[in-house]
Amino acid sequence: MGIMENSVGIVETKYFKFDEEIVLESKKTLQNIQVAYETYGTLNSAGDNAILVCHALTADAHAAGYHSENDRKPGWWETMIGPGKAFDTDKFFVISSNILGGCKGTTGPSSINPKTGKPYGHQFPVITIEDIVKVQKKLVDFLGVKKMIVVGGSMGGMQAMEWSIKFPENVKTTIIIASTARLSAQAIAFNAVGRNAIITDKFFNNGDYYDKENTPDYGLAIARMVGHITYLCEEAMHSKFGRDFKDKPNFDFGVDFQVESYLEYQGRIFVDRFDANSYLYITKAIDYYDPASKFGTLENAFKQSNSRFLIICFNSDWLFSTEQSKEMVSALISAGKEVSFVELKSPCGHDAFLIEHENQTKIIKSFLKKDEP
Amino acid sequence: MNSTQLNYEVVTNLIPENARVLDLGCGDGTLFSKLIAEKKITGVGVEINQDEVIKALDKGVSVIQGDIDEGLKQFPDGSFDYAILNQTLQSTEKPDLVVDEMLRVAKKAVVSFPNFAYWKVRFYLFFKGKMPKSKALPYEWYNTPNIHLMTVNDFFEFCKNRNIKILKSVYLTKNKARSGILVRAITNFFSEEVVFVVSK
Repeated sequence: MGIMENSVGIVETKYFKFDEEIVLESKKTLQNIQVAYETYGTLNSAGDNAILVCHALTADAHAAGYHSENDRKPGWWETMIGPGKAFDTDKFFVISSNILGGCKGTTGPSSINPKTGKPYGHQFPVITIEDIVKVQKKLVDFLGVKKMIVVGGSMGGMQAMEWSIKFPENVKTTIIIASTARLSAQAIAFNAVGRNAIITDKFFNNGDYYDKENTPDYGLAIARMVGHITYLCEEAMHSKFGRDFKDKPNFDFGVDFQVESYLEYQGRIFVDRFDANSYLYITKAIDYYDPASKFGTLENAFKQSNSRFLIICFNSDWLFSTEQSKEMVSALISAGKEVSFVELKSPCGHDAFLIEHENQTKIIKSFLKKDEP
Repeated sequence: MNSTQLNYEVVTNLIPENARVLDLGCGDGTLFSKLIAEKKITGVGVEINQDEVIKALDKGVSVIQGDIDEGLKQFPDGSFDYAILNQTLQSTEKPDLVVDEMLRVAKKAVVSFPNFAYWKVRFYLFFKGKMPKSKALPYEWYNTPNIHLMTVNDFFEFCKNRNIKILKSVYLTKNKARSGILVRAITNFFSEEVVFVVSK
């Protein structure tokens, strides 16, 4: 496949390491942290034209462009990042990094524990959104960024919010897409089912499976299947699959329906690119996130920030609902912050933030005019 | 100066500097950006139409997409100095509820609407026997968004019954604006459009 004209083109994932110990929210510590990251565009001399893109649960630092001429797929937000796009690399310096706890080049449970010389496994400390952001801060400082725009969808939105609260001196603008200031009980429940599938897999071995022949693939695949149910909505499932059979009813418990086939496929391809422990740690970080409980109210949390905000949600997203976005808007108004809010119509459920790029582009481009260097 | 520009001029004059403003039905943000430029206001607009929202964002106006008729739930009590409802009250589903909500979220409200007792409107109905049309009321009866047309007198009565104070009134005719000094009956007859500042 040829590289599209308005792409950032061939890019490379780089690695930033720092020795300094990080004290986590749990009071545990981590040393020798590595961060995988990519950048697109050029940082200006004032260091104030940066956009930090925060990824969702299972993505990576490769947000835009291609890794080689023969690369079949571009980065995960190619539709939004590039010359002339929503996050315009002709004007801005875009940074994307893999999160702490991940398995795409940044330190996580599958990384080597410098104290033992073996993968961390279950010895990796439980991390939070705040911890993830603290590690990103090291990278951003290293790159020489002074002021920036932070954006993220889903769990990435939580990171963006945390940035605005924790490092107000760095964040002038925050864009939170298809996200929430705290997960609903329903969403935590789905994450709990996913974690249980992993933990009860016979090859899980208490998280220490890296040197074993078998890994908890089955549990991870089920976790992903559950995830995919929550990323779609009833309408999307109906229009994609309906009650169609793959072939005809087999009168057994194999994969009969198209929707079963889809979930099975999603589960199967996921285990090749993701680590079960990372799934546990990251979903836990999402579940724990609740700045309102830390600051008393969400309003008080947002009072820490010096940013202006754009909140975008999708009407068919029941995992991160419009009501939850409106809660953030309300708290931001109470806190006296500048806030804009748009609810986009989409039949795609939570997945919409990765799919509906045309309307998002219009809104974000207009909103970011104020930040153009 | 056309009537829209005059209206914007009148509303801008009513808003004090540095006020925190909620502009309901802000459209493409023209009035709001004028208020930012001339009165250094802060705050946010509300607009239901997404294309208008994008135009407002383009002007650097903070805007919340939403339906005024669904209430102003996401706005906490007293979060603004002024709530503006410009040329929109007559097209809301529940004008009484909207005014109540405005005075919950803001200390003062600016409300403007076309006066249905304007003499030209009366004459139109009287002589033609048809629903009046004019520059201020350009629609047919079957497609008009103006589902709750009212008169200056109606609004005075509405405020009296609900213990709402009318702090200021400006009457607009023929590209001229007059402050509320005239006899009300005459005002009701000669004003094409009215702008009120009210509070609880």
